[in-house]
Amino acid sequence: MVRKDFKLISKWIKSDSKVLDLGCGDGSLLKLLNEERNVTGYGIDSSIEKTIKSLDKNINVINADINNKFDLFLEKSFDYVILAQSLQVVNNPVSLIKEMLRIGDEAIISFPNMGYWKSRLYLFINGRMPVTGELPYSWHSTPNIHLCTITDFKDMCHLNNFSIVDEMISNNKDENISKSYFSNLMGASAIFRIK
Amino acid sequence: MNIIKEQNFSVSEPLKLKSGKVLKEYNIVYETYGQLNKNKSNAVLICHALSGNHHVAGYHEHEEKPGWWDNMIGSGKPINTDKLFVVCLNNLGGCHGSSGPTSINNDTGDSYGFDFPIVTVQDWVNSQKKLMEHLNIQKWQFIVGGSLGGMQAFQWTLDYPKHVNNAIVIAASPKLTAQNIAFNEVARQAIMSDPDWSNGDYLKYNKAPKKGLALARMLGHITYLSDISMAKKFGRDMKQDKFNFNYDVEFQIESYLRYQGEKFVDSFDANTYLLMTKALDYYDPINENDFIEKITTAVAKFLIISFTSDWRFPPSRSEEIVKTLINYNKDVSYACITSDGGHDAFLMKNDNYFDVMRTFIEANKDG
Repeated sequence: MVRKDFKLISKWIKSDSKVLDLGCGDGSLLKLLNEERNVTGYGIDSSIEKTIKSLDKNINVINADINNKFDLFLEKSFDYVILAQSLQVVNNPVSLIKEMLRIGDEAIISFPNMGYWKSRLYLFINGRMPVTGELPYSWHSTPNIHLCTITDFKDMCHLNNFSIVDEMISNNKDENISKSYFSNLMGASAIFRIK
Repeated sequence: MNIIKEQNFSVSEPLKLKSGKVLKEYNIVYETYGQLNKNKSNAVLICHALSGNHHVAGYHEHEEKPGWWDNMIGSGKPINTDKLFVVCLNNLGGCHGSSGPTSINNDTGDSYGFDFPIVTVQDWVNSQKKLMEHLNIQKWQFIVGGSLGGMQAFQWTLDYPKHVNNAIVIAASPKLTAQNIAFNEVARQAIMSDPDWSNGDYLKYNKAPKKGLALARMLGHITYLSDISMAKKFGRDMKQDKFNFNYDVEFQIESYLRYQGEKFVDSFDANTYLLMTKALDYYDPINENDFIEKITTAVAKFLIISFTSDWRFPPSRSEEIVKTLINYNKDVSYACITSDGGHDAFLMKNDNYFDVMRTFIEANKDG
């Protein structure tokens, strides 16, 4: 089963482009992009177990911590630098995005939307930090230290002069509702393309 | 288990060395494991490190201990000899059968001794290429090496790009640091200041700088282990439960190091040790004039592996290789293995390390 956000990301990727996938996990996204878009490039992941899974898929994988290994890459050496569902785990999201834009022409970032009505309702009714299928951790044991809403993300882009090229916001029926006025309420997850 | 026999390859064609000197003729001793397939697409070259040799796996007749990398190479092992044809040779300048300081110089009728020319990583690769031709192999599916062996694997991809499909470079470095060279220099001084070294001509006098070579090995050995592995293995354990207030062996680590030193001098030549450390010191392919030209034409796929507790060639040194390869758009993967084993971790069994090797080899072997 190919992850939904991977399929959406693939739509944005030009054929034969060069891609760096931060937090590449088992290499599924790069494998998909290889098959669908004939991309070249590398994945980075700090987990040795996941690195081995990428090696098994014949993906070029760098087993390192994405927070501090950007000196491995030259300026503007990739068409796209992708951060799929990992923004919330990085130490310093703004400096990470700056690095992504230093080494890539564009950054593609997907993240779960904490402004989604289910999260809001969970907090409103339970009075507790939301624990959902996508974010199954308790607040004290979560790797997700920088959760945000779609509006938060846009504010951060504005504040740091990151220009949003495109966005896809999916509701729970996988419809793109990025044009909707209520996207921050109805969107479960978001993917942004920034420059 | 099959008994392994070493084989000989005598070359009468002169080998021009990087130093400008010429080796008029030379001998290479090597071993092979497994079978070369019909397409000759399953050949693997193993390159050895400073104190290694051609006996990398399996047993010689009447031998109790197998070759030095037997945990990695063999039937069902990560470098699986059921499927792969593995070749390992003793490098030139060595002391286990290939031409080196202990072998006879036909011009003089005497052993070369200190007169054996200093050879470099590039010279080794050139001589390995000759062995490849001798074995009728057109392409190595994998070249694998740890430490100084990793440097040879890397060099192959630069010097003979069409003859290597995959290079596995383990616990290596693109060049030595001042600290690395400093350790080598102390080792050399230990050997050369031993009175029995006799200006390198000790073989003539039927002597050997045993004290000096043992000291060099003891020093080297410390740098191959890690602080934590030594603490775990020896701590402050003593041979007796009291201080004797003298300079005899009291701590277990002292006893261990002396044993390692003494064991080493029985099987290793001091002039070879000097030569090997020089080959390490000189190695710096990225700063050679023709590097850009060479790296541009390199087509091999790379796997680079480092170990967290290695302080001789720490992960940051392997990452220099990774960075260079990424910057030139090469196919490269990198694994940093958590291990207490220090630099010697590349010789030790470790689940993640072996899984990385096995998976990469399985995914990139022919057919």
